[in-house]
Amino acid sequence: MKLMRLQRPNLWNWNNTPQLSHLRDEISRLFEEPFGLLERQADFFNGWSPNLDLYEDKENLVARVELPGLKKEEIEVWLEAGALHVSGERKFEQKDDQAATHRLERFYGRFHRTVALPKPVDAEKIKAAYEDGVLTVTLPKTEEAKPRQIAVTGN
Amino acid sequence: MTNTVTKPENGTVETAQAEQKSYLTPRVNIHEQKDGYVLHAEMPGVAKESIEILLDDDELTIIGHRKTAEVPGTALYRESTARDYRRVFALDPVIDTARIVAKIDQGLLTLELPKAEKVKPRKITVN
Repeated sequence: MKLMRLQRPNLWNWNNTPQLSHLRDEISRLFEEPFGLLERQADFFNGWSPNLDLYEDKENLVARVELPGLKKEEIEVWLEAGALHVSGERKFEQKDDQAATHRLERFYGRFHRTVALPKPVDAEKIKAAYEDGVLTVTLPKTEEAKPRQIAVTGN
Repeated sequence: MTNTVTKPENGTVETAQAEQKSYLTPRVNIHEQKDGYVLHAEMPGVAKESIEILLDDDELTIIGHRKTAEVPGTALYRESTARDYRRVFALDPVIDTARIVAKIDQGLLTLELPKAEKVKPRKITVN
């Protein structure tokens, strides 16, 4: 009779889960700074909170806010105390001869999104563009904030 | 548009053969006026060239393809979803489908769906 040693199958290949560790990092970050990066100044979870994304590349921080159906004059963007603010208002126009409203899903009224910027930016060079209903704010990082290569010397 | 028969389809599996694709449902406002319906659909990130509007009998499908391209750098924080928009509606038969007009401005699609003009009452003579 041979005694066979059962080897448990390797169910989880830890080496091959970059997405999982990234997910774990994201979750820990979410708990460490609960609403650290962003603050909703308008009614919390009530009212209109347009989607906001924040990206970073070597040169800039880029913020994107989804604001369909507005005019660029109706959107205000400003920088205050190291945070980017985007605000505006969509007024509800009631057409007179509207016989019936079958669906009213769009949000109306004021919105105000704020995001704390994790790196310092050059306020003079900030640009904001509104295209296809998406506001893109490009915030160039200051020189100190850009990554800088340091040469390694030695034998 | 009849009230009950609007079918927002956000489904992941449509048929066994169709590609598995998950869509985002755009918010819509639908108003009915004397001479037609007006539909507004919010599709931020969709340009005029990327919109498909399909009419099949009395079923209207609007699909908005997002520019998947440029993600400017690594995402530090993300609330938007990089999916296309899709929504299907069952049209009120009174709508004159030949005269439907569509416009898009800043991610807001506006569809004007005029009602067919009523046929005027007429006399029928008896031979």
